[in-house]
Amino acid sequence: MLVFAARRIALAFVVVVGVIVVTFIVAHVVPGDPAATWAGPHASASQIVQARKFLGLDRPLAVQLVSYLGGVASGNWGVSIHTHRSVLSDLLTAAPPSLELVITALVLAIVAGIPLGLLSARRPGRPADQAIRAGSILGISMPIFWMALILQLVFSQRLKWLPAAGEYSPSLLFTHPLVRRTGFPVIDALISGNLPMLGSTLKYLILPAIVVAAYPAGLIARMVRAQVLDTIGETHILNARALGFGEWQIFGRFAMKLAWTPVAAAIALVFGYSLVNTFLVESIFDWPGLGSYAAASISTLDTPAILGVTLFVAVAYVVANLVVDVVQAAIDPRIRLR
Amino acid sequence: MIETPTITPPKAAIPRGAMWRGLRANPLLAVGGGVVLLIVIVAIFAPLVAPFPADAGTATHPFEVLKAPSAAHWFGTDQVGRDILSRVMVGARVSPVIAVIVLALACLVGIPLGVAAGFLGGWVDEVIMRVTDVFLAFPPLLLALALAAVLPASLTSLTIAIAAVWWPWYVRLLRGQAASVAGRPYVEACRALGISRLSIIFRHILPNSITPVLVQVSLDVGGVILTASALSFLGLGAQDPVPDWGLMVAEGQNYFTPDWWLVTFPGLAILVTAFAFNLLGDGLRDLFDPRRSFLR
Repeated sequence: MLVFAARRIALAFVVVVGVIVVTFIVAHVVPGDPAATWAGPHASASQIVQARKFLGLDRPLAVQLVSYLGGVASGNWGVSIHTHRSVLSDLLTAAPPSLELVITALVLAIVAGIPLGLLSARRPGRPADQAIRAGSILGISMPIFWMALILQLVFSQRLKWLPAAGEYSPSLLFTHPLVRRTGFPVIDALISGNLPMLGSTLKYLILPAIVVAAYPAGLIARMVRAQVLDTIGETHILNARALGFGEWQIFGRFAMKLAWTPVAAAIALVFGYSLVNTFLVESIFDWPGLGSYAAASISTLDTPAILGVTLFVAVAYVVANLVVDVVQAAIDPRIRLR
Repeated sequence: MIETPTITPPKAAIPRGAMWRGLRANPLLAVGGGVVLLIVIVAIFAPLVAPFPADAGTATHPFEVLKAPSAAHWFGTDQVGRDILSRVMVGARVSPVIAVIVLALACLVGIPLGVAAGFLGGWVDEVIMRVTDVFLAFPPLLLALALAAVLPASLTSLTIAIAAVWWPWYVRLLRGQAASVAGRPYVEACRALGISRLSIIFRHILPNSITPVLVQVSLDVGGVILTASALSFLGLGAQDPVPDWGLMVAEGQNYFTPDWWLVTFPGLAILVTAFAFNLLGDGLRDLFDPRRSFLR
């Protein structure tokens, strides 16, 4: 088990280095001369040469790559052009609200997706199955930036059930101010016992979480259905049936047990996808996370910030996959023996 | 897509009668196929069937600005008075065509690399697959976004950015196919008979891979359309007069309340197109995969 974990961690490390190299290459395909841009529109030729030297762009590419790798490792991710702060500290402030949003969305997706997948697999080909399959394909076909706007229109502007945008009600800002400890608004409100604020943060979380959940819910329902259908013909299921277990026990307990491994892998996958999907949704909901930061960086063409977000999300994605792999191997001996 | 005319397609794995029964048993496939056909027809004849074809471009109608849907303008008009129905129809020529180009590029890069990795094995396989792994370590939208953000915003950059993240999936697919075919006894027999590697690849490995590649392509069209629309929504793809659906949603966002139709219809077009292609791809996969047969 330890050997498996060590090998898996080493592999993840190699992938992270590869990811850094790819972002470095992306940064260097920028057409035009970054030194000229840095020096300003009216700089003379000699000033541009000086700027190139100052920025280290006159060194060979390999040397630049090594110093970039060193910078990333030591926490120097560059300075954002639009916020004028260190990219890494910007990212660390923006990450908790985004994680809160994505984790809530994934919980919603699991709670909705697994029962729907099981229901669908119960009678394949019947109307309920067709409807759930169509619904899950609709979920993965959803342009979520559009869904965000439509839900805002229907549920906050027309029906006035839910707030349109923001993290919590601005009227609570003075009566029940949020004390920032962890950076996760719901958790901060909870640990400080700030009940009005807790209610408000949860209410503001609903719409964006539903939007981010659309894709993972569809994916999970499909995976559960496919996995359970693959398992249901096997002898241990037949045995459970012979022992007289009820149909729901057979599906929920025995068939689902084997389906968990691929479903958990899919959840790690959609965790990364959903973090990127926040790029499209957060600015619509005025949610102060990585997505809003990324959208602002893109609209100001802030290259260090764009690369920083890319790297951050890619590393989060690699780590999520690593955690799922190791946990699965700990639970399921077939994986670590492979 | 695969650039050799000498391939003889493998016989359909399923007899014709079963195919029809399959379609009846899988109405989702029939619906998806029908809608895809409709979208293709609209895309081809858009300038002829759109009520105001000029509105797909720079036309402005200052007295028709932001009109709600009516008999004259079924989907309403936008902020400069252009007919949204016409723009949505001509828009069927933008992101779906990008999807076709992206997937053609992905196949062009991915198929040779995958065949090389799976058939040759050894260090070639190692190198190709490790590079592929690094690309697969990014969520696809993320890397496409970073690339599109550093390239100048245009449809060409958008296409390049998405193609640059899509090829690794085809390497994986083809590698698996090539490795499994290369290990079969009849291919070993071919080798023993002294048949050249190239002709084994063209006569046996590629024909065996056509079906999974086609299924994968039909599954991916929806994903590429969604990615392209998302990048255009963020302002990284199509620019103003181009009637791209994602861009239309982004532009309509400013007039969203109370003029809901600017956002609603182009977004609906994205959803319907992606949905139809995903239904088609999903149905095709079921049809060709005997293990996942819905006839059981």
